[in-house]
Amino acid sequence: MIINSRFFNRSELIGFVALGLILFVILPLSLDVFRLNLVAKYLTYAFVAIGLVLCWGYGGILSLGQGVFFGLGGYCMAMFLKLEASSVENTKIQSTPGIPDFMDWNQITALPLFWQPFHSLTFTVLAIILVPGLFALIIGTAMFKRRVGGTYFAIITQAVAAILTILIVGQQGYTGGINGMTDLRTLKGWDIRPDHAKVVLYFFEVFLLFGCILIAQFIRLTKLGRILVAMREQEDRVRFSGYSVANFKIFAFCMAAIFAAIGGAMFALNVGFMSPSFVGIVPSIEMVIYTAVGGRTSIFGAVWGALLVNFAKTGLSESFPQLWLFGLGALFIAVVLAFPNGLSGIWADHVQSRIDRLVSSIKKKSGDWTSNSVADGAPAE
Amino acid sequence: MLIGHQPKPFLLAVEALTVSFDGFKAVNNLSFYVEENEIRVIIGPNGAGKTTVLDLICGKTKATSGSIQFRGKELTKLKENQIVQTGVGRKFQTPSVFEDLTVFENLEISYPRGRTVFGSLVFQRDDAVKQRIEEVAEMIFLKDRLDTYADQLSHGQKQWLEIGMLLIQDPELLMLDEPVAGMSVSERAKTAELLNRIIKDRSVLVIEHDMKFVEDIAHKVTVLHQGQILSEGTMEKVKNDPRVIEVYLGH
Repeated sequence: MIINSRFFNRSELIGFVALGLILFVILPLSLDVFRLNLVAKYLTYAFVAIGLVLCWGYGGILSLGQGVFFGLGGYCMAMFLKLEASSVENTKIQSTPGIPDFMDWNQITALPLFWQPFHSLTFTVLAIILVPGLFALIIGTAMFKRRVGGTYFAIITQAVAAILTILIVGQQGYTGGINGMTDLRTLKGWDIRPDHAKVVLYFFEVFLLFGCILIAQFIRLTKLGRILVAMREQEDRVRFSGYSVANFKIFAFCMAAIFAAIGGAMFALNVGFMSPSFVGIVPSIEMVIYTAVGGRTSIFGAVWGALLVNFAKTGLSESFPQLWLFGLGALFIAVVLAFPNGLSGIWADHVQSRIDRLVSSIKKKSGDWTSNSVADGAPAE
Repeated sequence: MLIGHQPKPFLLAVEALTVSFDGFKAVNNLSFYVEENEIRVIIGPNGAGKTTVLDLICGKTKATSGSIQFRGKELTKLKENQIVQTGVGRKFQTPSVFEDLTVFENLEISYPRGRTVFGSLVFQRDDAVKQRIEEVAEMIFLKDRLDTYADQLSHGQKQWLEIGMLLIQDPELLMLDEPVAGMSVSERAKTAELLNRIIKDRSVLVIEHDMKFVEDIAHKVTVLHQGQILSEGTMEKVKNDPRVIEVYLGH
């Protein structure tokens, strides 16, 4: 793979290494397993936020329904885990042993057909990617080919989030209803509940997260990434440069959906349950706030946004549970009005420029002999 | 001239073109023909339907009735991006360039390769691309501004950049909507020079109000008035047409 310019510029490389150090080394060494598991939960939203950077930050397509894809990914994973937890010996007290407990409570006597393939882990992994991907493809095609965009698109994605929540809650026998799918136990016989499993899952998730960061960065650097930016500004000019704008929007929306779904699947694994409260309108808007706080055009900013807003949420809602929603609203307004580029914008404008000045003044002082060796600071390609 | 016995096929044949917006006919039963390598200028008072004609040809507005044939292909049935791919390029009235991208990247996006989603993912900035971009940048007087972000260009430079983005598409028919509007006198002269250079192997359809500029470049002038043709021919002929003087030039 030959990429035209360097894969990361210097400040991106610093951001990448810093994030790697913090997530792979510093946090696991300094936090107990309970807190580390909380970080794992927060990071599941970072996947969604990275997708939103591509779709909203770059492509200008605001989706207020990412919870739908997070939920679809999460439910696919949870269905597999739930089936494994509902073996005949585990459920022998039920009137129909071998099916999930909530089905038994709802007088369902046989496993529904669409549940059958979720006995297979391979199928489940494919479904986590393909189900949300295809669903996004259908919504995207229906909307973008008809040139529905902007606010109208955002409202429709909200409606889809509301519909899916109602569907999940209403079809209790098939989905676990409002309680969701709880009591998930093992993955291919490996218990996901004890502390050491939580640590392994945390590292697996961070590993996947870096995979997604690299994919997003790759897309950003191709011509497609520049077309997304171009489309955000002058949709007509892109169209009259010979591109089908709808297809590019569909692609960005599908990528965002797939990233969100991976996050959802990791949520089911790390947290041990999945419920409609992570699917609907409010969580979907929160996901957009993470991206906005982090900076909607910054991939690393999105990860920080998801982490910091969730830390604040846990902290604040532990001490002042009623105030949290007001705090979240105020945060969003503050970001939009005062810092439109979020944390990454503040970093680039105030911190980065100071560091650069400091570095260049040190360089000047230390004379000519070092200027060659530290001229760029970037590694060889 | 009998139908079916035209001596030379026209590059663009617009026939009985009509578009109506809620009953108002912005373009009414309009027919005109553009030959290969011809510079045709459309003039006319405000609201005459000039921009609408370009919108119809490039697919931005759908015709109510009538036909637009480009090299024998019916354009009224195609989508905008397909029309571009048959060889029609369009410049808008206000410069529409991508301000968050550099001049180089602006030109690169218009380079006619990798126009599908997959194609743009695997697109490589190879020597052919770089060479062509530098060539065009030189033509549009922006050779030393390739790494400048487009939002830092002057109004005139943005207009040139957009013309450059069209050039790199290498269209057979180039449509320009008021290319010198808002330009300084020296920029205007440079633009005329630029246009005279780029029309060598293509036809150009220009909307312009600046009569001096029109006289400099036009082979043939079409005067539109209330969606219909008022007069057509050489600049000399149009200028002396009493009806044209009455509705347009007399002011």
